[in-house]
Amino acid sequence: MDAIDRKLLKLTQDGIPLVPEPFVAIASSLGITEGEVLKRISKLLEEGVIRRFAASIGHRAIGITANAMCAWKVPNERVRRVGEIIANFDEVTHCYERSCHPEWKYNIFAMVHGRTKKDCEETVKRISKAIAIYDHKVLFSEREFKKTGVRIE
Amino acid sequence: MIELDEVDKAILDIIQVGFPLTHRPFDELGRRLDISGEEAISRVKRLKAAGAIRRIGPIIDMKKLGGSSTLIAMNTPSERVNEVAAIINEYSEVSHNYLRPNKYNIWFTISASSKERLDQILREIRDKTGCECLNLPVVKMFKLGVRFDI
Repeated sequence: MDAIDRKLLKLTQDGIPLVPEPFVAIASSLGITEGEVLKRISKLLEEGVIRRFAASIGHRAIGITANAMCAWKVPNERVRRVGEIIANFDEVTHCYERSCHPEWKYNIFAMVHGRTKKDCEETVKRISKAIAIYDHKVLFSEREFKKTGVRIE
Repeated sequence: MIELDEVDKAILDIIQVGFPLTHRPFDELGRRLDISGEEAISRVKRLKAAGAIRRIGPIIDMKKLGGSSTLIAMNTPSERVNEVAAIINEYSEVSHNYLRPNKYNIWFTISASSKERLDQILREIRDKTGCECLNLPVVKMFKLGVRFDI
């Protein structure tokens, strides 16, 4: 990644303009051709610096208003298999193993989304059953203070 | 909440996975859905204005850029929640921040350009708020899909 790539990311990370030829507009601010902009984006995608060049969905606005951060207490030797099972649920958008802490012993995290809290609770029940682990926490989001996505400076 | 018709849903479903990287992307989107490019762009604008689309752009993997991320759970007295959330939100490296019902009630993620910067932000937030923080970095990623069933 060079200085132009960095500028390209900074210029597009808050959203491209909604115009018929958005990459022309971006190219002219960078002083390069549109072809080069598209080539650079493809390269960044290939390298994995960009996971996706896509729309971020405001899930609350489309009725997916219940969002639960769930975490299960999973023994070390079962982490890999349990993570794979949970990741397979469509209702789960993110699934990670995270460091434990004396004050927080729930190591496998999943974000569960649904139209209602009840939907999420049903999903959590199905997950617990699928992994045969019932020691878990379900923390619904009560307020969103911020959601900007990952940005570079 | 915005009312979505079948075309709106199809648009969201396509562009949440990948926006067309072409000269006239809205024409391309229209072609796939059998509508004009003008209609595609006006629908996307309406979806954006209604908050159904937050932005169209790159979803960046900070780790690939040498960066470092973590999740913090913070134990905040309920009467200080607003004040503390505002302190946390001042950092542009804080990408998500939510109130959740638990002893640890503020949960936020930091994605910084380096481990040093991450540690610095965490130190500053601890100093400014005086609140207990649990640092819960990722050990292994199983899924980062963020594809909604629309």
